[in-house]
Amino acid sequence: MKVEMPVEPLKPADFASDQEVRWCPGCGDYAILAQVKKTLPGLGIPKEKIVFISGIGCSSRFPYYMNTYGFHSIHGRAMAVASGLKIARPDLNVWVVTGDGDGLSIGGNHLLHAIRRNIDMTVLLFNNRIYGLTKGQYSPTSEVGKRTKTSPRGSVDFPLHPLSVAIGAEASFVARALDVDLKHLGYVLERAAKHKGTSFVEIYQNCNIFNDGAYSYATDKGTKHDTRLILEHGKPLIFGKDREKGIRLNCTDPEIVTLGDGISEDDLLFHDEKAAEPSLAYLLTRMHHPNFPEAFGVFRAVERPCYEYVLDEMSDSTPPPQGAEDAEIDALLNSGDTWVVD
Amino acid sequence: MATSTAPTSKRTMVERKEHATVTIRFCGDSGDGMQLAGTQFTNSSSIFGNDVATLPDFPAEIRAPAGSLPGVSGFQINFSSHEIHTPGDRVDTMVAMNPAALKTNYKDVVPGGIILVNEDAFSKTNLQKAGLDVSPLEDATLRDYHVYKLPMGKLTTEAASGFGLSNKGVNRCKNFFALGVICWLYERPLAPIESWINSKMGRTPAVADANTATLRAGWNYCDTIELFPHAYRVAKAKIAPGTYRKITGNEATAIGLATAARRAGKELFIGSYPITPATTILETLAAMPQMGVKTFQAEDEIAAMCSTVGAAFAGACAVTSTSGPGLALKGEAMGLAVMTELPMVIVNVQRGGPSTGLPTKTEQSDYLQAMWGRNGECPMPVLAACTPSDCFEMAVEAMRIAVQYMTPVILLTDGYLANGSEPWKIPKSSSLPRFDVVHPTNSNGEAFLPYKRNERGARPWAIPGTKGLEHRIGGLEKQAETGNVNYDPDNHQRMICERADKVAKVADSIPDLKIDGNPDAELLVVGWGSTYGAITTAVERANKRGQKVAHVHLRYLNPMPKNTEDVMKRFKKVIVPEMNMGQLIIKLRSDFLIDAKGINKVQGKPFLVSDIEAAIESALGEG
Ligand code: SF4
Repeated sequence: MKVEMPVEPLKPADFASDQEVRWCPGCGDYAILAQVKKTLPGLGIPKEKIVFISGIGCSSRFPYYMNTYGFHSIHGRAMAVASGLKIARPDLNVWVVTGDGDGLSIGGNHLLHAIRRNIDMTVLLFNNRIYGLTKGQYSPTSEVGKRTKTSPRGSVDFPLHPLSVAIGAEASFVARALDVDLKHLGYVLERAAKHKGTSFVEIYQNCNIFNDGAYSYATDKGTKHDTRLILEHGKPLIFGKDREKGIRLNCTDPEIVTLGDGISEDDLLFHDEKAAEPSLAYLLTRMHHPNFPEAFGVFRAVERPCYEYVLDEMSDSTPPPQGAEDAEIDALLNSGDTWVVD
Repeated sequence: MATSTAPTSKRTMVERKEHATVTIRFCGDSGDGMQLAGTQFTNSSSIFGNDVATLPDFPAEIRAPAGSLPGVSGFQINFSSHEIHTPGDRVDTMVAMNPAALKTNYKDVVPGGIILVNEDAFSKTNLQKAGLDVSPLEDATLRDYHVYKLPMGKLTTEAASGFGLSNKGVNRCKNFFALGVICWLYERPLAPIESWINSKMGRTPAVADANTATLRAGWNYCDTIELFPHAYRVAKAKIAPGTYRKITGNEATAIGLATAARRAGKELFIGSYPITPATTILETLAAMPQMGVKTFQAEDEIAAMCSTVGAAFAGACAVTSTSGPGLALKGEAMGLAVMTELPMVIVNVQRGGPSTGLPTKTEQSDYLQAMWGRNGECPMPVLAACTPSDCFEMAVEAMRIAVQYMTPVILLTDGYLANGSEPWKIPKSSSLPRFDVVHPTNSNGEAFLPYKRNERGARPWAIPGTKGLEHRIGGLEKQAETGNVNYDPDNHQRMICERADKVAKVADSIPDLKIDGNPDAELLVVGWGSTYGAITTAVERANKRGQKVAHVHLRYLNPMPKNTEDVMKRFKKVIVPEMNMGQLIIKLRSDFLIDAKGINKVQGKPFLVSDIEAAIESALGEG
């Protein structure tokens, strides 16, 4: 990426816009906003080169709170707007902020296609498993049986899992973080921002108004060690308060094992985020509470050509100097079979 | 360049009758290569020096069953020794390659006209496929015509064998046999066609040679066997000097857009989704990376529109192309473009609707959609090209208006313009407008106001990457000047008016409406879009006959030229032919309170000149 280094290092506060932040008090979005502002200075990209693009939903207010270029577009279409912007201007650093409704329901199609094209941008999907802005209807990630205003007897919709979808769409970077685990969130954001290609990050985000406690299993002190597994590249999959449990592959299925009693770390599944084939990363996205601990961190980070850079190479994108375009246009107009009438 | 004379006939006795204008139609199965034969005949005629106008008529299905009625494909060309504006109402000479083509087309031939058939295709099975019990070659069906039955299959086999092609490959050459016959009949030069064959098929010499041999065989066959009692000649037209090329509407649109971007000193971004009949715009632009064109084939129409909005925000000359159903899908994002006041062009190549409708047929039924087919008060400039080559000029105009007024602009064309072709006198780049695109580079130490308007009502086009001008835009209502989200009632009204005023101000930059025909007439014919050729010809003929008729053609539909009301009110009677059920007329009647009468045709086909002449006749006849 062609970026100039800023003269003075930026601070998180430099990224705050003059707009009052209007999420509900206690909303998980605040923590994510703060962490993004903390991450940006470290990237060394001038803020005028950064663009935040969103769709519609609580999370999509995000660009208004960033003192960068921003575009609060329409419902579900952030990925498409961002794709056009990034293709036209490969020099920009582009972030998409979306939610489970915006990104996976109305905007599902665009999400798949931007990911498969591997357009170099960082996509943050705030997953709160509910429609917040419209005041509490079930979303594509809500669990079956969820009672909401549009599913008074329990939702009959089978949910989908954002990271499984992203891998199915050939994502080159897939990660998951938790709104309240600031340090780990910061690590994931930085990794995502530095990855070249579409970086897809699912952030578990608590909507304390309409779906409070959706992730309490992963945040409560008492349970979090058994329900979360932090991924580290090249390391075995270990979790538990005393790191006493691990994930082993039994045929093609993961299984929880306790270390000791003849089972050593070497018997466990080792995490390889750079694996060429995404099968094991996909398997990790299928581990769900309560049967398994849920994985956090970078599931997959592989190199693959980015649509907009390849296209840019193919096209002669620098306009000729002022006045010199005449010859170029005349050549275009006179292309094909011509004849002269005198 | 190819020479523009026909091969010399060995027949010394051949008499050539002069005609001023001739209309020919090639028709056959969609696998018979009729579009190619028609296009090559057009090229040859253009290069020979005639004025030409064409009308391809594609079947909706790519491969309907061979020999069936829905599989018939046609190509009509009108060529003349004077200026012409339409592909012709009635056909003088028709080539029919099979029974289905003959059945669906023969009625368009003028009584006494020529029908050439490939008699080898009139087998029992083929007759059945066309729903015919008796061959029309054997009963009285064609008694009003001069019918020539040629064993084209057999003759092609003789001509094209010996080059090593398969039977199927040999059989594929027969469109060139038909073309050779027609070229002999109308004294067309073969050289441009042969050089085309060599350039397109040269990589497989056997194919190129077989086709060339078949073309010549068709020509020689006529020359040798005295098939026709006489031949014809259509002299060169008096055409303004210059360099010409043949151009279709979609080619002209694509070239116009690429040119406009360069005149604005920018690169062109096109985000589109393939849709008939707009696809060739995307294809043509995809072949221009050397002009800095970036093509993005999006996953759907919505993404195409949204990517265009994103590219416009990024500072590119942004474009999307589509047809009616696609425009419907783009509606919401077009509203976003209006709200964010970003420059871009939306090309809508209209086709028969509603829904999937008639994808390959023409119609003008998206005027209302273009004007008002979005939620909220959502005005944008709407332009309409009136001939294939006018698509070039209007594409340039659409981009000019977009960047000068910071607004999305709709350019309406239609299937008839998109695929129809005519000779185009190529303009010089230096004669084309240059646009003043200025991106602000700083805010002089003050807070940047992204919605502060200039004298045109346009907001500044500040693009990402510009230090100090970081700002946020979006689909929520904007506060005047600051562009911050704002729900204040008075502000909303103000912004709606400002957006509307800006579009209205475009009228300051467009030419007045020009009256053709007789300006002192009682009757005015008002047209827009592709009806131009038929109306122009009908009005010319009416005035020649001594009737008094005027014609205006609207290329700027929103806003209209400033003198439009004046012009409309000058005439006692106004008729408005449209290929819809009466759409523009709603606007004319409501804005100008005139008693305009609609002439409406929705058959997926353009107006015939005679349709308009009849309408003029009846309008003048009514007291
Ligand atoms: S509704 Fe939920 S997600 Fe939306 S701002 Fe409030 S707490 Fe956050």
